[in-house]
Amino acid sequence: MSGLVVLLVYVAIFAGSFVVAKFLVRRAQNDFTSLKTVTFGDESAVVSDRIASVVSILTLFLLWGAFTGSTLVPKFLHAPGPFEGVATFEYTAENADGDRDTATVTVLVHPITETVSAPEIEPGDGWAKNDSDTVGAWRSGLIRVDKNDEFTKADGARVIEINGQPIEPGGEVFTEYGRVGMSGKGTPNFVPKKGWQMEPIWLPPPEAVVKRVGEIASEGYRDSTLWEHLGYSLFRVIAGFFFGAMVGIPLGYAMGLSNWFRGWFDPIVEFMRPVPPLALIPLVIIWAGIGETGKIILLFLAALWIMAIAARSGVSGVRISKVHAAYSLGATKWQILRYVIVPNSLPDIFTGARVAMGVCWGTVVAAELVAAEKGAGMMIMVASKFQLTDIVIMGIILIGIIGFGIDMLMRWAERVLVPWKGKG
Amino acid sequence: MTGLSIDELSMRFDLPNGSSVQALQDVSLDLKAGEILTVLGPSGCGKTTLLNIVAGFLAPTSGQVVLNGHKVTGPDAERGMVFQQGALFEWMNVRDNVSFGPRMAGKRSRDYAGEVDHLLDVVGLADFKDKAIYELSGGMQQRVALARCLANEPDVILMDEPLGALDALTREKMQSLVLKLWKETGKTIILITHSVEEALLLGERLIVMAPRPGRIHKEYRLPFADLGVGADLREIKRHPEYAPRREEILGMIWDMEEEIMGRQEDAE
Ligand SMILES: Nc1ncnc2c1ncn2[C@@H]1O[C@H](COP(=O)(O)OP(=O)(O)OP(=O)(O)O)[C@@H](O)[C@H]1O
Ligand SMILES: [Mg+2]
Repeated sequence: MSGLVVLLVYVAIFAGSFVVAKFLVRRAQNDFTSLKTVTFGDESAVVSDRIASVVSILTLFLLWGAFTGSTLVPKFLHAPGPFEGVATFEYTAENADGDRDTATVTVLVHPITETVSAPEIEPGDGWAKNDSDTVGAWRSGLIRVDKNDEFTKADGARVIEINGQPIEPGGEVFTEYGRVGMSGKGTPNFVPKKGWQMEPIWLPPPEAVVKRVGEIASEGYRDSTLWEHLGYSLFRVIAGFFFGAMVGIPLGYAMGLSNWFRGWFDPIVEFMRPVPPLALIPLVIIWAGIGETGKIILLFLAALWIMAIAARSGVSGVRISKVHAAYSLGATKWQILRYVIVPNSLPDIFTGARVAMGVCWGTVVAAELVAAEKGAGMMIMVASKFQLTDIVIMGIILIGIIGFGIDMLMRWAERVLVPWKGKG
Repeated sequence: MTGLSIDELSMRFDLPNGSSVQALQDVSLDLKAGEILTVLGPSGCGKTTLLNIVAGFLAPTSGQVVLNGHKVTGPDAERGMVFQQGALFEWMNVRDNVSFGPRMAGKRSRDYAGEVDHLLDVVGLADFKDKAIYELSGGMQQRVALARCLANEPDVILMDEPLGALDALTREKMQSLVLKLWKETGKTIILITHSVEEALLLGERLIVMAPRPGRIHKEYRLPFADLGVGADLREIKRHPEYAPRREEILGMIWDMEEEIMGRQEDAE
């Protein structure tokens, strides 16, 4: 239900900001694209709209803040929060003789982080006495209304109405403060209104996550600081990728240049390529344990096949006329390898390296989720066991940022080192 | 003896499905050092195959190619090749492409730098020495390819439709350049083209090949290449002998193309 509300709000902001940007923001666009009359269907005329990107990210944080009651978001934008304060309802009980009496229940609904005592109340007249209790917001509480009455459940008395509406075991009555249900044994169960906001143990507000980053960065979590956790993960990726590339690239070259190597390794490479590295985790743990060696072997295997295939296709992708030209200019086999085949394969190898780095990053996090003493994945896995959602979310965001950073770095290196890519 | 002699070359491609293509049959040809030969013929008549055998990229099924007294068995720096396009090394700048041959031969920079600069001057790329290949136009790239081939000082230059991808104007300029370089360097040149005009203007000798099996159909000796050195090529086209030759060869190729089409229709 509240998921649907979030989606509707999201779509409304998407459409609303589009309309606003379209009619209010006049962009001084005077490049060639603005003169095109045909833009629909012309992919080159579709550029990502800066305003849309900014609004999109702001919207995500706004929704996050609004539905978690964040202090970063102005109060009037908050989604309705859970009921907090004093709630009351009346119950009517009937004793074994058929005598009825009505009393009031006062419930103090308090923030779950606080401990409070039940409010003082007058017992009232009649044989059913007024009750008082406490319930945490987002929680529910069985209220034994009969325990101070003159006739209790043991005497055959039972609750038959809430706020004048009949109720039976298993039934429920809605009041302005929430829901009053009735347990199978006839005890009222009060559930205060939860509102639209998320409880912090499911989704903490952004500032809580930011605060956690600060805490874990300075104090650490599970004997290691945040940077150690992330550093370990990164170190494993870089080491695994490095060895994978060191073995995979020469292997790919050999497969691209020699029948025997191609024949020997093709079945192995083609078989190992579709095996998800995650499926190797159990075997690697059996063989190498959960220490660094096991992780690096796993990432080595993840990178190896990708790099071998990239190098192989880099070699087979060389235009035969380039090789012929080099031979006609007097180059030897080694010179052709060094000056033609290797540089010609670099764009493919870079593409492979980007894929391999992405796969390695994903694999290391997954491997750490399964078993590790340090690492980003281990951090969020342990945190999840203790319902420390803020650490989990912080971890996911940092993992995403690092993965994105790695890709940007690889792209940058590609632009600098193989500027001829795609221009041959 | 100097010169290139092509001796009863035959080439048969056996296809995986069991059939075979006779790409060349008994092709013989003698070229004196410093001659320029152009090769014309309908598509699929074996021109590229012939050139690849002379370059040493393919071994013929029978026959042989002899250059300056020794038999051709593989590619070598004595036979340079200029391809239609895409044979430059994008990962090197213009200068490094042109100096590729001398560098591979282990020469020192100071020994070849002057010659490379001179060649880049000749092909009009003096200002583009440090540019990347992909920053050049198609015509400029072909000039780099020519310069690269010349910098390696081959005895024979083989060109497979080197100007085929260029626009008419650039092409005409390049034709003049080829003639100029031919005269200045005295290289033996074999140039394949699809353009009858180009074949007439550039060929001291011209062969027209016929397909299935690939063979030399007719050979001409032409005066235009000599006249064209340093002259306006459009003037040459007004030479009284030019138009009749062109018509004759065009007609011949038309007939061959029609025959091929007819044979294909029969086969269907
Ligand atoms: N590697 C090969 N395998 C099989 N057949 C081939 C091969 N190379 C060429 N042929 C065949 O040999 C014949 C001659 O081909 P070639 O490429 O020499 O023709 P071409 O005269 O250069 O044609 P174009 O003018 O179109 O370049 C063609 O019928 C072609 O199908
Ligand atoms: Mg050809």
